[in-house]
Amino acid sequence: MEARSREYSGRASLPPLTCHKSGNEPPLIIRCAGSTPPQKGAQSRLHPDLPLPMLEAHDLAGRRGHAELFAGVGFRLAPGEAIVVTGPNGTGKTTLLRMLAGLSAPAAGEIRLNGKSIAPFAPELRSSVAYAGHLPALKDELTAEENLTSLVHLAGANATEPALRAALDAVALGRKRTLPARVLSAGQRRRIGLARLAVLRRPVWVLDEPVTALDSAGVDLLARLVHEHLDRGGVAVLATHQLLGLEPGRVQSLVLGG
Amino acid sequence: MTMTATVPAVVEAASGADQDGALAGLRWAVTRDLRLAMRSRAELGVQLLFYVIVVALFPLSMTPERNLLATMGPGVLWVAALLASLLSLPRLFASDHADGTLEQIALSPYPLEALIAGKVLAHWLTTGLPVALLAPLLALQYYLDGESVAILVAGLLLGTPILSLLGAVGAALTLGLRGGGGSLLALLILPLYVPVLIFGAGAVDSVRAGLGATANLSLLGAGLALALVGTPFAAAAAVRIALD
Repeated sequence: MEARSREYSGRASLPPLTCHKSGNEPPLIIRCAGSTPPQKGAQSRLHPDLPLPMLEAHDLAGRRGHAELFAGVGFRLAPGEAIVVTGPNGTGKTTLLRMLAGLSAPAAGEIRLNGKSIAPFAPELRSSVAYAGHLPALKDELTAEENLTSLVHLAGANATEPALRAALDAVALGRKRTLPARVLSAGQRRRIGLARLAVLRRPVWVLDEPVTALDSAGVDLLARLVHEHLDRGGVAVLATHQLLGLEPGRVQSLVLGG
Repeated sequence: MTMTATVPAVVEAASGADQDGALAGLRWAVTRDLRLAMRSRAELGVQLLFYVIVVALFPLSMTPERNLLATMGPGVLWVAALLASLLSLPRLFASDHADGTLEQIALSPYPLEALIAGKVLAHWLTTGLPVALLAPLLALQYYLDGESVAILVAGLLLGTPILSLLGAVGAALTLGLRGGGGSLLALLILPLYVPVLIFGAGAVDSVRAGLGATANLSLLGAGLALALVGTPFAAAAAVRIALD
């Protein structure tokens, strides 16, 4: 694992990037000190084949039609760190997240994963990013368990049946696993997505409004999953206005359209 | 509620071997789409019934003269097969696009081309294959002789996969259009179906004229080989554009 620099080389073109809960500080580019480095043994728990992730964005610009949504967005996430993207509706949160997931090309700038510049749909991205968008990617005709199995297999993982059941138990869907997704509530459908994240253990999580439709227990569950993910040395990009109890030391904040 | 249950680690499949990845992706797409098709059998039944009814309408609308029906039969069956294939095309990508599965498919470590080939194969197994297998039964109405029926079925077996493959490109290109793009899809894809129709129906005609069907069937086979190689890549590119 490469040494991670403590300082972030600030650039004038970058948008306000602050640690959250840093209320009275001016919106500046701040590298929050004291982030806990992931444990040495964490690598094997995250992924046997893939290195601990390092996700960088340089000067990203997003466009929707002819309208420029944002420009000059940059950040660097070391293993075990998350970035929370906030901003009013229509400022490009989803656009940014889709770029980071590799679904669309940035209008300008580049995205680097482990130091390597990454194009949309690049194989490296597809094997290390877990993306959860607004749409749950569930089939109404399939049961909760079949949906989870299908999504996990699509992501190239061979999860055993007990592992999948355990994941459904962990998101409190164990008793609903044979029900078709059609009859599940919006929150329960979201929980299938959480089970998918837990089973896949991809190094990079890109989650768009992950708390939507979740009840308070569901939000706690999501927070715990994100914590475990960061503890394992993963990185996460979250578009959410909920704090999820993340320690200031390991979370950056990016405000779009502010 | 148990928040403490831990999830056992999962061994990620090695993504290095590309050929294995392609095969695994193909298998995933075929099994999933077949399972989904089995869950919505009514929809499949409607499409086949549409095919049967269209074929059955023609003899009712004209003089039931043996020779006329036998001349028209292959063409009618082929046109009905084209329409049945067209009718089922929106199902290929539109529902996956609407519920977000297509994003996950495009982000899968498996090659998108292989996943699309698997979807097309499942589409053919649920539409083209039944159409070809029903043809001998429907040919009875048209007084077609045994050899003509055999050539008709052979032509359909070679030609309907081309319809599914070309249709996949059209379905991917019209993704995200308002109103599902159904009518635009028809305009886009029916002209491309014309060669298949000509050689497919022509095969039966030349058998009835005593010329043998080898040339027509060979051309259909060549078309199938060409479509197999080219269309998954074209459809994959169209899907990526639709998601951007």
